[in-house]
Amino acid sequence: MAFLRAFGAYLPPDIVTNVDVAASTGKDAAAIERATGIRERRYAANGVTVLDLGVAAAQDCLAKAKLPADEIGLILFSSGSTERSFPGPASSLAAKLGLTTVPVIDLPIASAGSLVGIALAAELALRYGNILIVASEIMSRCITFEDPDTAILFGDGAGACIVSRDSGFARIVDHALHTDGNYAESLSLAHGGTLHMVGLEVILQATRKIPRAIADLLSKHGLTPGAAAHYLMHQANLNLIRKVAIALKVPEEKFFVNIDAYGNTSSASLLIAAAEWHTANQNPNGPIVLAAFGAGFSWGAVLAVPVP
Amino acid sequence: MSKQAGILKVIHAVADIDGDPAPDESLFDSGTLDSFTLPDLVTGLEEEFGVSIPDSDLVPERFDTIHKIEAYLDSKIV
Repeated sequence: MAFLRAFGAYLPPDIVTNVDVAASTGKDAAAIERATGIRERRYAANGVTVLDLGVAAAQDCLAKAKLPADEIGLILFSSGSTERSFPGPASSLAAKLGLTTVPVIDLPIASAGSLVGIALAAELALRYGNILIVASEIMSRCITFEDPDTAILFGDGAGACIVSRDSGFARIVDHALHTDGNYAESLSLAHGGTLHMVGLEVILQATRKIPRAIADLLSKHGLTPGAAAHYLMHQANLNLIRKVAIALKVPEEKFFVNIDAYGNTSSASLLIAAAEWHTANQNPNGPIVLAAFGAGFSWGAVLAVPVP
Repeated sequence: MSKQAGILKVIHAVADIDGDPAPDESLFDSGTLDSFTLPDLVTGLEEEFGVSIPDSDLVPERFDTIHKIEAYLDSKIV
């Protein structure tokens, strides 16, 4: 058995508004909000690293869990925007937390990595006890304003989650993970390059695959989409979240949204949203669905139910 | 039998346009379709023509013009 124990987040302080982005891209600020639901995003300052954001999110999460770092048994670190190929930031995060023998795994799965991390943690909690999942992204250094349709979407930030074997506010019931590598080129970041995203393909596939993954997972457990009380999704685009809600025939209000404030922070966005959602919903009143779609393409969903 | 009337019906249902696009006019370049109306077009085509379009067939270029959409539907509907 495994439980969601706590979430945490950290956002860099520098706010970049649509007016700022409009000045760099030639786009209209109001049109950016209409097309994406984004009003502003955060950019990390020069010199700040993916690791720095991840450490801050991890510390926030540990504080909320009231868990000393030395009780962590495994670290999973998701990032598609790391500064170097290897080692990934997971080992340095462990060292920053004073952990020098705890195993770590890096998950370079843009946008979907934190969901994959939670799913893996649910399977590994029996062996490792408390598992810290961190997702940190500095997307502002991966974009180019020569591709304004992509550049307007992204921001920087980090989120964290602790999955525990013994206790938490919600029990993880099950998960479904999928990958179709035929779309590997549709969302990619080459070494030294800038983010390449074929928006038409990403949205077309995501609008089909996310609702299907959610509905199939819920159905497996005798639930309809309407039975879930809370939906936490990768914050890619407000219009995508709305399309998923429509496809599932679920009121949009069940989907937590904070993309207006932070933009698309890739794999960090699910955990940043979850952290803000949990702060406002300490006692969830029904099944919780987490879902994401990202590079690979990789996508899936996690189902959890509140602990009475 | 031409499927253009049904295709145009779906296009007008999902896109905010006045006239009919020309059969070989790019629906993406003209702004008739974008990332978020394309999925609605696909769903509309499935309902209008009673076909199921698999994910593997969801290649944007396949839906770029009325002629291309018609050719694709012809390949699906005998």
